Amino acid sequence: MTTLTPRNKRIALLCAISFLNLSSVALAGEMKNADSTSTTQNKIEIKDFAFNPQTLKVKSGEKITWINRDEEPHTVVSVEKQFKKSTALDTDQEFTITAGVPGTYTYFCSVHPKMTGTIVVEK
Amino acid sequence: MSDYISHDHEHDDIDRRGFLQCMAWAGTGLLWTVSGGVLASRTLAQIAKAGEPLRATDLSFLQISDSHIGFSKEANKDVTATFQIALDRINAMPTPPSFLIHTGDITQLSKPEEFDTFDQVLKSCRTKDVFYVPGEHDVLNDGGKLYRERYLKSVEAKGSGWYSFNKNGVHFIGLVNVLDLQAGGLGQLGDEQLEWLEADVKGLGSSTPIVVFAHIPLWAVYPQWGWGTSDSERALGYLKRFGSVTVLNGHIHQVLQKVEGNITFHTAMSTAFPQPAPGTAPSPGPMKVPAEKLRSMLGLTSVQYKQGKTALAVVDSNLS
Repeated sequence: MTTLTPRNKRIALLCAISFLNLSSVALAGEMKNADSTSTTQNKIEIKDFAFNPQTLKVKSGEKITWINRDEEPHTVVSVEKQFKKSTALDTDQEFTITAGVPGTYTYFCSVHPKMTGTIVVEK
Repeated sequence: MSDYISHDHEHDDIDRRGFLQCMAWAGTGLLWTVSGGVLASRTLAQIAKAGEPLRATDLSFLQISDSHIGFSKEANKDVTATFQIALDRINAMPTPPSFLIHTGDITQLSKPEEFDTFDQVLKSCRTKDVFYVPGEHDVLNDGGKLYRERYLKSVEAKGSGWYSFNKNGVHFIGLVNVLDLQAGGLGQLGDEQLEWLEADVKGLGSSTPIVVFAHIPLWAVYPQWGWGTSDSERALGYLKRFGSVTVLNGHIHQVLQKVEGNITFHTAMSTAFPQPAPGTAPSPGPMKVPAEKLRSMLGLTSVQYKQGKTALAVVDSNLS
């Protein structure tokens, strides 16, 4: 019998969020170049092998855009596979998703996995 | 500054002056020779300059790394040209090496046209046999499918592309540590590859010289920058009984060496651009140097060790 420790509860919650995402298309990814017009306020800059800010709070339905300012390619990949991963972003390339179901989403760069970040989606 | 730097590798400390000099080199390759149980390295320019022919019984091979074809920024706007220079050095050798080893990051962004350019330039090399392992830049968007289709034709590769082969009594092992990386982690070999490695070396006598090559260093060079492999200890555990193990890596674009028991670790320079010494910059990545200095930063490294001894003689010098 598995005890419901806080960690297990969190995993269960993440699983639930993940399941909900399948039906609600919570986080849809899109890629574009930096020079195209963008209306999003939620920007995460990738610089010096770090996501900045490392934790970003957004409201459900808002867009989140990462932009790579390094000369190295980076990716944005959900740890729990909760949203579509980006392809490798070259310098000044952007990746945008739309925040869906409230919850905490952790992500990392699959090329440089030391790089991690968190998105907190609120109602 | 002296052209020559000697390291006493009985200690694990890295000579800082030598380190800083080594890290600035680019556009070169290392020649490895195996002769009578002694494995040594020296750079191509040194070989070409000295005109030292190899004996017929010697096994010589060459390590090139991190060509990053497709990179075109300030640190080196023409990485194809510096890759070509490295090949020219190989072609100028009095006795060509038996084969080349490329320790990954063939391309910058895993693009088919970048692989095409690499292949096209490589055609000018007199040495035709090349053994590859992938860098993270070669497997960016497809998990390494394109890389495997192109670069594993002459070997019996398993899993995501690891393999072994024998040459002149030396057992070579090419490992993949750039795939399925975990959040917060380092390079990774994975259980399947480790089990294969254990079985691969099981039947070998302990006196068989072993050469392991992989992209990301198989020792903790600087984990803060991801310069290490999380499960490399397990791999090295399978190799501890061998009298001579040489581990060749790329990824960090600078020469570093370390000796641990009978295992010698060595990282190679890039043919594209240098990277900062660990901890000397906000992050890893291409290091800008004056354009006119890039070619003069070609370097040479001479390394010798004998089976069963931990002492490693290293002589490095730049070419200016």
